[in-house]
Amino acid sequence: MNARQVASVNDYLDAFRRVSSFLPGQQLDWLRESRAEAIGRFAQQGFPTLHNEEWKYTNVTAIEHGRFNLLPPHGSEFLSRLIDSHALLDSHILVFVNGHLEPGLSRPGKLPADVKLTSLSYRLERSPDDLEEALVTYPPPSAFADLNLAFMADGAYIRLPPGCVVKAPIQLLFIASEANLAIQPRNLVLAGAGCSASLVEHHVALGDISYFTNAVTDIVLDAGASIEHHKLQQESPSAFHIATVNVSQAAKSRFISTSFALGARLSRVGIAVRLDAEDARCDLDGLYLADGRQHVDHHTRIDHLQPRCTSRERYKGVLDGASRAVFNGRVVVHPDAQGSDAVQTNHNLLLSDAAEIDTKPQLEIWADDVKCSHGATVGQLDEDQVFYLCSRGIGESAARAMLTRAFAMEVVNRVGIPALQEKLDELLHARLPQRGTAC
Amino acid sequence: MLEIRNLHVSVDGQPILKGLDLSVKAGEVHAIMGPNGSGKSTLAHVLAGRTGYLVTAGEVMYRSSNLLDLVAEDRARLGIFLAFQYPVEIPGVTNVYFLKAALNAQRRHNGQPELDAIDFLALIRSRLKQLDMDESLLYRSVNQGFSGGEKKRNEILQMALLEPRLALLDESDSGLDIDALKVVAGGINGLRSPERAIVLVTHYQRLLDYVVPDRVHILADGRIVRSGGRELAIELERTGYGKAADGPAMQATMP
Repeated sequence: MNARQVASVNDYLDAFRRVSSFLPGQQLDWLRESRAEAIGRFAQQGFPTLHNEEWKYTNVTAIEHGRFNLLPPHGSEFLSRLIDSHALLDSHILVFVNGHLEPGLSRPGKLPADVKLTSLSYRLERSPDDLEEALVTYPPPSAFADLNLAFMADGAYIRLPPGCVVKAPIQLLFIASEANLAIQPRNLVLAGAGCSASLVEHHVALGDISYFTNAVTDIVLDAGASIEHHKLQQESPSAFHIATVNVSQAAKSRFISTSFALGARLSRVGIAVRLDAEDARCDLDGLYLADGRQHVDHHTRIDHLQPRCTSRERYKGVLDGASRAVFNGRVVVHPDAQGSDAVQTNHNLLLSDAAEIDTKPQLEIWADDVKCSHGATVGQLDEDQVFYLCSRGIGESAARAMLTRAFAMEVVNRVGIPALQEKLDELLHARLPQRGTAC
Repeated sequence: MLEIRNLHVSVDGQPILKGLDLSVKAGEVHAIMGPNGSGKSTLAHVLAGRTGYLVTAGEVMYRSSNLLDLVAEDRARLGIFLAFQYPVEIPGVTNVYFLKAALNAQRRHNGQPELDAIDFLALIRSRLKQLDMDESLLYRSVNQGFSGGEKKRNEILQMALLEPRLALLDESDSGLDIDALKVVAGGINGLRSPERAIVLVTHYQRLLDYVVPDRVHILADGRIVRSGGRELAIELERTGYGKAADGPAMQATMP
């Protein structure tokens, strides 16, 4: 085989590794083994050439050089297996394929009366009355948000009536299954007074395909509402991911956000929180892991507009390879916002010399009775900690893995959903450097 | 068990140890005493394998292998244990996870099967009890938020768990009240055995009231300047380092 043939054969091998566990009949030992043997034989031989007597007059190099989509057409069974692997235990799941709700694949489960969990396109067609205020009150904060507004077709619509409590998490699972698509979901969460719920906005892909996600999520909290928004970005390594999260909070409401950025070739998350009334509180946490040539950016903005609001922001990053991360955290304390309390931290671990982080805290304070602080660190693992572990017989690579994991797990441990914690635990285990064999 | 010959060590180009000799046999307890800055902690860290110390001359033999050729984790697996003067805090790693990883790293090295969670818990509970430590310390991050006494006890707990052949204790008595000191001393005494050697590095002789050493050495300016029995420590307590370091001849001239 020449070099070009090997590359092509490898494409098929890679595709097989990605899809094999989702193929029909994989629970049958005989089929699973036969499939593995078949791809093994194919990898050995490659495509036939004219040197092969049987193929002497038929040249198939055009097939070989074609870049075909090797994923089987996603019949619902195929997708439901993928969904199973991403679903959080006991969650209310809405599944969006390439940005559109798939009711047949969704499992909304049993929700309290009057909770609306549906698709935005349905609401736009049938009952758009409450949409104008929520979707177009504030000017879109970026060109990407404008693009989303111009093209948005679907997304989740969630209305929580006052006082309602949704115990299990609501999982919005966005699956990208086709290359070269621009996917522009728009989610809207209207949280009534005193209600509480947790959302997981989860972006995944079917294999290593290139596409562009441009998501916008608007969350409006009435007085005393308590909403958690956990964003888990596991896009394909070739994907682009731009996300905008706009939050406005009424008096005594509580908003918790975590952003886990693991995938995509380039990603940027913009989170803007308006503390619009007294005694509201928001907690913004984040963790980004980047490797290779990944670029991951978080821009957050918290506006303290009224007295006695509290904001806490804790972002962490672990960068390896030649990856690059950006953290820009802006906190604006407006003139009326006396008694504001804002703390922001951003800690970064650089595991390689070629990785780069740009971190920029920005505090703008226009009131005089406020408590605000920020701190950013960039560094390597603490050598005193490494030595302490090694001095107890733990091998150096295991010690470094243990410390890196501990650094990242701090963010995971604050997530209030056990099933999500467990999933993140597994993802971190797979993503972070592993322990050496000798220790 | 441990044979140090003519050891010279520099830190950042500054000579700290300048020709140190020391011989420790199995079953013995040695105390190394000396004023601040004499090189006590440097000696303990060099033996444990800390990087950043440059050995410019001399050799250290430990159970017939050249200790200076080994990295820290291998020394630990061969039975060397350093109780730190300032135990390191490790946020995010629970004590129980750390202790189990350490014990199992050593067991793997010795060809023994790893302990599972249940067996490990039974073992560590018995050790906690001996040291009068609360079980809740297992589930907190390593040393994080521990009081000074808890940190020192946590060191002794690790030592009791790992059962080293050569234990080096760096100022394990500093900052302890009398009750904690007795617990720590009890933990050290519990480890005394004919197969094991213990080296206590200490500024004060207070700990030696509870852990009685076989040999006492005075370290001054990077060398052992005097060695003797238990009585040397008592003499030190009476006369201070300045005079005791000068040796019996000098002392004889004092009133």
